[in-house]
Amino acid sequence: MTAQLILEASGVGKRFGGFVALENIDLTVATGERLGLIGPNGSGKSTLVNCLSGTLHHDSGNIVFDGRPIDGVPAYQRTRLGLARSFQLPKPFRSLSLIDNLRIPLLYTVNARHGAHLAGAAIQERCRGLLADVGLADKALHLPRDLTQVEMRKLELARAVASAPRLLFADEAMAGLSPSEVEEILAVLFRLNEQGITIVLIEHIMRAVMSFSTRLVVLVAGQKIADGSPQEAIRNPEVERAYLGE
Amino acid sequence: MAISLDLLVNAIVAGLLLGGFYAAVTVGVTISFGMLDIVNIAHPAFIMLGSFVAYILNSNFAIDPILIGVAMTPVFFLVGMAVYQIYYYAFERRGEESIQGLAFFFGLLFVAEVALILVFGVDYRFVDAPYIGPSLHLGFVDLPLRMLIPFLVSLLMLAVLQVFLGRTFIGRAILAVSQDRLALQLMAANPSRVKRIAFGISIATASVAGALLIIIQPVEPSIGRDYIGRIFAICVLGGMTSFPGMLAGAVLIGVVESITATFYGPSWAPAIAFGFLLLTLAVRPAGILGR
Amino acid sequence: MGSTKFWIVSFIVAVGFLVLTRWLIGNEYYFFAAYQVLQFIVLATAWNILGGYTGYTNFGTGAFFAVGAYTAVVLHKTTSLPLPVMMLAGGVMSGIVGFGMGYLTLRLKGVFFAIATLALAIVAQTLIVNWDFVGGSRGIYVIRPQYAPISGSYIQYLYSLMLALTWISVAIARSIERSTLGLGFNAIRDDEQAAEAAGVPTLRLKLISTTLSGALMGMSGAPLPYYVTYLDPASSFNLSYAVNSVAMPLIGGMTSWVGPVIGAILLGTIQQLATVTISSALNLLIVGVLLIVFVVIAPNGIVGLVQSRRRARRR
Repeated sequence: MTAQLILEASGVGKRFGGFVALENIDLTVATGERLGLIGPNGSGKSTLVNCLSGTLHHDSGNIVFDGRPIDGVPAYQRTRLGLARSFQLPKPFRSLSLIDNLRIPLLYTVNARHGAHLAGAAIQERCRGLLADVGLADKALHLPRDLTQVEMRKLELARAVASAPRLLFADEAMAGLSPSEVEEILAVLFRLNEQGITIVLIEHIMRAVMSFSTRLVVLVAGQKIADGSPQEAIRNPEVERAYLGE
Repeated sequence: MAISLDLLVNAIVAGLLLGGFYAAVTVGVTISFGMLDIVNIAHPAFIMLGSFVAYILNSNFAIDPILIGVAMTPVFFLVGMAVYQIYYYAFERRGEESIQGLAFFFGLLFVAEVALILVFGVDYRFVDAPYIGPSLHLGFVDLPLRMLIPFLVSLLMLAVLQVFLGRTFIGRAILAVSQDRLALQLMAANPSRVKRIAFGISIATASVAGALLIIIQPVEPSIGRDYIGRIFAICVLGGMTSFPGMLAGAVLIGVVESITATFYGPSWAPAIAFGFLLLTLAVRPAGILGR
Repeated sequence: MGSTKFWIVSFIVAVGFLVLTRWLIGNEYYFFAAYQVLQFIVLATAWNILGGYTGYTNFGTGAFFAVGAYTAVVLHKTTSLPLPVMMLAGGVMSGIVGFGMGYLTLRLKGVFFAIATLALAIVAQTLIVNWDFVGGSRGIYVIRPQYAPISGSYIQYLYSLMLALTWISVAIARSIERSTLGLGFNAIRDDEQAAEAAGVPTLRLKLISTTLSGALMGMSGAPLPYYVTYLDPASSFNLSYAVNSVAMPLIGGMTSWVGPVIGAILLGTIQQLATVTISSALNLLIVGVLLIVFVVIAPNGIVGLVQSRRRARRR
């Protein structure tokens, strides 16, 4: 039985030396929803993702994933528990083929979960399936350096999805893409959500965020200043001020 | 106890003087590794070259070693630029290949040492200068001139570099490269040209540092290895890019080494720096003064 | 070829090679020289597990090697254990050192890790230098037994043991290459953060890598005292072991078990010839220069060159 709230973060704080990147952030994510996380550059969005996924240690607060506290749990364990993230700047395994890029999360997360052991052929199949889902099936044996920008983003998402997560943080997966490319990625994310994956979309492209999100959270200078339906959130005067200035 | 205090104070003073010199040794790596992100672990090899160049010219032509060190900086500068060109062509252009880059400099370090052994053998070499020998005496404190003069020259060199980096166009371009490569490209300055000059400067400092080294102590080819740990320890302690931080770190290590050598014997000195490095990296990777 | 099959095939090849060489070759010098080359194959293969597969550059090979050698010295002085057992013990001790080093350096990346390994080597050497029981800086003499446990001279016996160790190391390396563990190592090498995010327990794998690499190096060092009969810290901790163990995989190629083997045979043979014909210092120079030349021109080594030529032909 999955909890109603798949993620509950309370009072999360993070500082780098004297700089406060996150201050007392409360964030809840309901199972199955599509949450948009927006904010100006430097507002702490990526830091928050890093803290929630375990790449960084948060200084204060607690994080509960699917009913169990995960403070101090290392990143690889969080992924095994079902919390996955894609990276803002794609970080593929450069010396490995696309199919091997996906094989790794399969071997190290899916196979590491009790009773889920997949044999070699099944893994190969699943990798190809995942690549096909993002339209990269014909480049399965290529190396990442042969990919275009948007293809790299897709690989990045596919790799996060390969770990069969229940919650996926898509960190600025569309930055710098053309409108049609943005649509491609958006379509992938919608489909993943339909398959049952809760998605938190961190993005700058307002059009995409507005059409995708069922709820919007706004971060400015390390603090959460809005949390509600997309329409309400952008009409919030503080949000206007943060984006447009005084 | 009075005797120990005497020893202690002298050890500290010697450490201070040594620390100043260590800063001159490290500044090259602060530039190449701290600012340019180039893992030049072969820097000690260039310092050894500087020492031996000073030795040759001093023993054959009786020129003052510091003069040699300064006069040879253009040559070392050109050598540094050439090395950077090779490094750039082989590695930076092709992207992140950190093992190969490391192996390249490791190879340089090794080849330099072996080449020096082949040419000069393993005997200790030293230079002759009027200030090697006499000391200043302030009460019970000894200030050997062979340490005081390098200390002063080191500080001078650091000051000159600091001014250069802060005031001249090229200097500021170097600082810009170290902070934001993209911004520099947008400003239409070619980062690799700036980096080449910067690396050349970093090797040029080795010319002076090498001359100072052979004034402070007799030199033989394998001494360079002791300096690898020291240099990187000081660089990290100093926060990687900060000159004042580097000086503080250098003095710290110099003093601790000196005290250890005085009371426990000189064979432990190289381990000190490495120990510091490991400690710093484990506890506070941002160095003493932070980043 | 599956892993088990490789173990068997390579075993057969090794045994065949052993029998043939011992039967046909009468010149003792061959066994002296071949021992060194085999030792290098082991060192290069061991280094490559941590270096080429996992992406962590170790400059402290000398420390692991010497720990193995000095473990054997201690056992030689205090017990009468057979040499193969001493090799295992050397492997265990060096494995522990590898584990400790991995644990201490877990957060260090790139050059910092490499320098930490150098630091480790210096610390280990300093400790041995100050340990009188094993001779300290003066070194220690070890008498080579007159009779080997099997037929032939003692050097032939050492040669046989080293050949066995070579077989084991190469087979282990290849097994890792084709396994989940190896894939995990590669992920760490390519992008450690992404590997961790993909579910790879990076700390655990790194520790496995450093421990295994260290253990194999230690095993290759254990017979050394009997081979050289005079052991001292300066030669056993020598930086030439570090340079060689970096150069051989690099020149041969770091992505597969074949690279270190090729590199070791190539460089090992060159050095044997050079030591005899020119001087031993010059032969070190050759290694260093070859390292630099290859790393600049062919960073993926000989194996890499062959692979890219094959890929070009395919297109």
